[in-house]
Amino acid sequence: MSAQLSVRDLSITLQNGVRILRNVSLEVGAGRVHGLVGESGAGKSMIGKAILSTLPHAMNVTGGQICFGDVDLMAMAPKARHTWIGANAALIPQDPLTALNPSKRIGPQITRRLVDILGWAKTNAKARALDLLAEVQITDPARVMRSYPHELSGGMRQRILIASAFAAGPKLIIADEPTTALDVTVQKQILKLIAQMQAEHGTALLFVTHDLGVVSKVCDTLSVLYAGKVLENAQMRRFFTHPIHPYSRAVLAATPTYSNPTGSLAQVPQKVIDAVEQDIRHHDIRHHI
Amino acid sequence: MIYRIRDLRLSLANMAHKPLLGSAPRIEILKGVSFDVPQGAVLGIVGGSGSGKSTLGRAMLRLIEPDSGQIEFEGRNITHAPEAELRLLRHRFQMIFQDPMSSLNPRRRVGGIIAGPLRLQGLDNIDARVSEALDMVGLPRTFARRYPHELSGGQRQRVGIARAIALRPRFILADEIVSGLDVSSQAQVLNLLEELVREFGLTLAFISHDLSVVRRLCNRVLVLHHGEIVEEVETSALFDNPKADYTRSLLGAIPLPDPDQVWL
Repeated sequence: MSAQLSVRDLSITLQNGVRILRNVSLEVGAGRVHGLVGESGAGKSMIGKAILSTLPHAMNVTGGQICFGDVDLMAMAPKARHTWIGANAALIPQDPLTALNPSKRIGPQITRRLVDILGWAKTNAKARALDLLAEVQITDPARVMRSYPHELSGGMRQRILIASAFAAGPKLIIADEPTTALDVTVQKQILKLIAQMQAEHGTALLFVTHDLGVVSKVCDTLSVLYAGKVLENAQMRRFFTHPIHPYSRAVLAATPTYSNPTGSLAQVPQKVIDAVEQDIRHHDIRHHI
Repeated sequence: MIYRIRDLRLSLANMAHKPLLGSAPRIEILKGVSFDVPQGAVLGIVGGSGSGKSTLGRAMLRLIEPDSGQIEFEGRNITHAPEAELRLLRHRFQMIFQDPMSSLNPRRRVGGIIAGPLRLQGLDNIDARVSEALDMVGLPRTFARRYPHELSGGQRQRVGIARAIALRPRFILADEIVSGLDVSSQAQVLNLLEELVREFGLTLAFISHDLSVVRRLCNRVLVLHHGEIVEEVETSALFDNPKADYTRSLLGAIPLPDPDQVWL
């Protein structure tokens, strides 16, 4: 299985020298789903932003490679890179309400990217949008195209963003906590839908989440992040049966599950965190800028 | 009995369908809800989004006034009590909010945030009470000098808890207080709540959509769906033998961190 996306030794630093990512390496196979897990602030979303070239201005990529197949993104001029990413990658964002423009109807929000950036004809873009809305199980696509975001439910809005992400036939989709804003029953529908669309379109998916339950349902492989460092790259099943890193084991033990009510909720022990942080300090000394 | 709630009904104006002129149509949020909260109970209130769980919580604290029905707090009918009367009671029931970043004033230090309600209640020895509250939630006393943005998510939520327990309330409503936290801080906050319930004999209502968390913490669970109670039982009974279809679909929708669970 060749890698659709490979990230090698990616480092990101804030302008004031604070490290956000520390030599992150990971691979997403073609048509595979790779999970990025870690606590808040671990840098999960920043990996996605670096790949899509949408990092905040205060952050700089200080080293490493991001390759799509054999195309090295970091070697491209910024403008060419943006166009290339626009055609080949897409994002399913966390909060569907803030991702949609409240003052515009749904239709143009899906088609605009196709028309303005990828140069599709308007009628083609509209037909494609209608097809995709039907594909994400929206019952009346024509009506939804004319609606405003506030007229739709959270689950509907997330379906629209999924449709929009798949619109240009991307090779890679980054889903950044796509279901955290939804309740469990809607979450299940949306995850099912993402998995279905992913399998049908054969798209590689980078799935950012902090929910290990979700990871165990949708991912083939995963990376565990802490303070911008990859602690473990693993096959999904192996991770849940034989986690290697002590931090992975501690996090699995700290996850509450309704099927195991008596087991006391272990916090991640300070010992484990101290060991990880010492490791990170050593890493920073080895790779000082 | 801390709370006795009978046939509680509440409707709000549906502003999404308000005509240009004239008043908005009413939308029924709670459709006749009845239950009791005994002393020392930890009651889980679960349901999907829009089921009315937060509205129910806010009605219990009389942050909103119900249309009809009855809310009794410690034997006193507070259903339509005026604000002046409620203010004398507010130190007995307190709330912890979902998002600690937006429920803590970013321009005040932690000490000032915790002291706020104490001052409003006209208490003395405020500094001592603030320090004591910080001790109870396991934060160093020096944190009183910090601003909310200097704290992590879990620490902020502890400040929210400290503010609520500083008044020594009898009842606390916790509205989705761990849903914004990652698992390790979530475990800390849940363990802290468990400890407080045990040590101070607190009565707690815990609103959540996460049934795994509810099973950890609560001894009774009330399942809301479209503003009606579909099930109200002991926690273990709910998980071992869910009666209502809606409860079963909620349980079935939870992804367990177990690759062998048949789910999608």
